[in-house]
Amino acid sequence: MIRQVAKAFTCLAALAGLFALGSGGALAQNEVKSPTLDAVKKRGQLICGVDTGIPGFAFQDSAGKWQGLDVAYCRALAAAVLGDPEKVKYVGTTSKVRFSVLQSGEIDVLIRDSTHTLTRNTELGLAEPAVNFFTGESFMVRKALNVAHVKELNGATICVLTGTTLELNIADFGRANNIKINTLLFEKPEEAFAAAEAGRCDGYTDDGGSVAASRSAMKNPADWVILPELISREFLGSYTRQGDERWSILVKWVHYAMLEGEVLGITKANVDQIKGETKDPETRGFLGLEGNFGKFLGVDNDWCYKIIKSVGNYGENYEMYFGPNALALPRGWNELYTKGGLQAPLPWR
Amino acid sequence: MTLQAPAVVPPGGSFEGFAAQLPRAFEWLRRNLFSSSSNTLLTLLVLAFFFLVIPPVFNWAIADATISGNSKAACTGSGACWTFVKLRLHTFLWGHYPESELWRVGVATLLLVFFSVPVMRDNTRHRGIYLLLLLTVFPFVAAVLLVGGVLGLPEVDTSEWGGLMLDVIISFVTVAGALPLGVLLALGRRSELGVFKFLSIAFIELWRGVPLLTVLFMSAVMVPLFLPHGVSVDRLIRAMVAFTLFNAAYMAETVRGGLQGVPVGQEEAASSLGLGWWKMQIFVTLPQALRIVVPGIVNNIVDLFKDTSLVTIIGLVDLLGAVEQALKDPAWLGLAKEGYIFTAALFFVCCFAMSSYGRRFERRLNRHRTGAP
Repeated sequence: MIRQVAKAFTCLAALAGLFALGSGGALAQNEVKSPTLDAVKKRGQLICGVDTGIPGFAFQDSAGKWQGLDVAYCRALAAAVLGDPEKVKYVGTTSKVRFSVLQSGEIDVLIRDSTHTLTRNTELGLAEPAVNFFTGESFMVRKALNVAHVKELNGATICVLTGTTLELNIADFGRANNIKINTLLFEKPEEAFAAAEAGRCDGYTDDGGSVAASRSAMKNPADWVILPELISREFLGSYTRQGDERWSILVKWVHYAMLEGEVLGITKANVDQIKGETKDPETRGFLGLEGNFGKFLGVDNDWCYKIIKSVGNYGENYEMYFGPNALALPRGWNELYTKGGLQAPLPWR
Repeated sequence: MTLQAPAVVPPGGSFEGFAAQLPRAFEWLRRNLFSSSSNTLLTLLVLAFFFLVIPPVFNWAIADATISGNSKAACTGSGACWTFVKLRLHTFLWGHYPESELWRVGVATLLLVFFSVPVMRDNTRHRGIYLLLLLTVFPFVAAVLLVGGVLGLPEVDTSEWGGLMLDVIISFVTVAGALPLGVLLALGRRSELGVFKFLSIAFIELWRGVPLLTVLFMSAVMVPLFLPHGVSVDRLIRAMVAFTLFNAAYMAETVRGGLQGVPVGQEEAASSLGLGWWKMQIFVTLPQALRIVVPGIVNNIVDLFKDTSLVTIIGLVDLLGAVEQALKDPAWLGLAKEGYIFTAALFFVCCFAMSSYGRRFERRLNRHRTGAP
C-alpha cells in the first residue's frame, strides 16, 4: 500500500516537474524577471549614478544639462527601457559613497568612470557588466623637454595627486625600467596644474581621460604633449547590484548596442534611412525588424534603434566628448576591435 | 595702533572749512598711525603691502577682466573671466531648479524676508508672534512652494535643488530645529531628574564626539543600508536631520553656558514666588541665559552656514559644489580662481551680514545694562 502511494507520488512529482520545466522554459522566453527592470518601468524613470563632475565622462554644460560619455550610457539605458532618453534622474556620487549608494538601492545603475577590479566584484558584491572606457595612467609633459616616451623621463619631476595608486604605479614603473621619476604631491588638480604651469614640475600624471582634460586646462595647451604609453590598467565601466542578473545583462547589452551601431556604420543621423532601406539580416536584427532580441532582454525589440536614434553610437559619443574638438584624446584602446582596439561587441545571435 | 574716531568734516563744508580741519586731520594721523617709531614702521609696511598687492588684484579682478560674451573665447584679456560666473550664475544660486518654476523660489525668498524683517527690526510689536510664524508657518509654506506636487504646482525633486539656495535652506532648517532642541537638551542636562539628565548628556556627548563629516557619511552611506530595500529617505532630508542633530548638541552646550551664568538667586527668588519649574525656566532663567549667549549662538549659526558646503561630499550640490561642478565643464576648464573667489565673496557677504546683525542684536539686548540709547 505504502509503496503504491509512494509510486503515485513519484509519478505526480515527475509530472509536476515536467510541467514546471515546460512552463519555466516558456516563462524565460516571454518574460524577464528583474526587480530593478520592473522598478524602473513602474517608476517611469531611470535613476543613474554618475560622477559629480569630471570632464568627458559626466559634467554639466552652462545650461545645467548633464553631458558626457557616462551620461550618454544613462540616456541609452533609459531609451532602451522606457523609450525616452530624458527619463533619467542623475544622482551625482562622490568616489567615497558611490558603491554604498548602489548597494542600498538608491540608484539603479552606477556609470561613474569606476575601475573594474576583482575586489569590487567579489568583496563588495557588485556586478561589473561592461567596460565602456579603457584607459590607464598617462603622462603629460612640457613640449620643450623633447621627450617622446615615458621611459625617457629619467630624472624628471612629475606632479601627482595624493591618495591614488598613481604614485605606486610610477614607482613600480621606475623600478621595472631602472629609471627614477621624481614626484611632487598635490591635493587638488588645480594646485597641480598651477605648479606645472609655474615650472615646479616637468609634467602631470593621471588617468588618460583626466590628463586630456588637464591639458586643455593649461594656459597654452600647445606647450604640452601627452605621451603615448599608459603605465597601468584602469578599465572603467558600469556597476550593478549582484542578484539581479537580468538587469546586469541588459546593461551589458546596451553597451554592446552602442558598439554594434558603430560596427554596422549606423549613426544618429542615418539610422532612420538605414532602417527603411536595409536588407542586411544582421542590421535588420539589430534594429528590431527581425528576431526577438529585445524580448529576450525584457525590452522592446527596437531597443537598439531607440538607443542609436537618441544618443548615437559609441564612436559618435567618443568623438563628441573626447574627440579633437573636445579633450583631444586619441581613441587608442577604445577603438573597435576591427581597428586594433579593445572595444568588441558580442554578436547578435 | 589703537584707532580713535577720525576728525569729522562738517557736511557741505567749504574749502576754508576743510582747510581748517586739516591740522586736526594731521593730529589724528600722528596720534593714531605715527605715534611711535614701531607704529610708523608698521604703518609704512602696511602701506607698502597695499601698494604691492592692490594694483595687480585690481587689474586682474576689474581692469583687465572680461564679463561680456557667451563662451570662453570671449576671455582673451589677462584678467579674470567673469563671463564664466555670469553664465553659470543660475546654477550657482539655485542649482537645477526648473527655469519655469523659479518664481516659486522668488516667492519663498520674499516670504522669508517678510517674516524675518519684523523679527529682526528694532521696534516691533508682537515680535514673538512673528518669530513663531517664521519657525512654524513659514517652513511649511516654503516647503509646499519649493517641493510642489500639490495645489497644481508641479513637483520639483530635491535632486534638482542646489547652489546657494541649498545652503540657505539647510541652514534655516538646522537653526529652526537645533535651537529649540538645544535649549531642551541644555535644560535636560541641568535637570535633577536622573533619566533626563543622563539622556541629555549621552546625546550631547555622542554628537560632540564625532566629526560632522562622519555624521554626514553615516547619513548618506549607513542609513540606507538599515532601511528595508526599496524604501529610501530623500538625501536632502537625511542631510538636514544630520545637521540638526549635530548642531543641537553644540547649541545645547552654548545655552548651558548661559544657564550657568544666571545667578542662583534668580531661581531661588522665582521659586519663592511660587513659580513651577517650567514657568521658572521660561520666564526667569531662559530669557536671561539666552541674552548672555547671543554671541555664542550667532557664532554657531555662522559656523553651521559655512559647514553646509560639506554636503558636496555626499553628492548634494551646494554653492561650492555647483562651482566645482562647473569647473569640470570641458568648455570652461581652468577657471578655478574665478569660481573660488566668487564663492568666497558670496559666503563672506552672507556670514558678515549675519555676524553684523548678531552684534547689533546684542547691543539692543544689552541696552538696559549700559544705559546707551
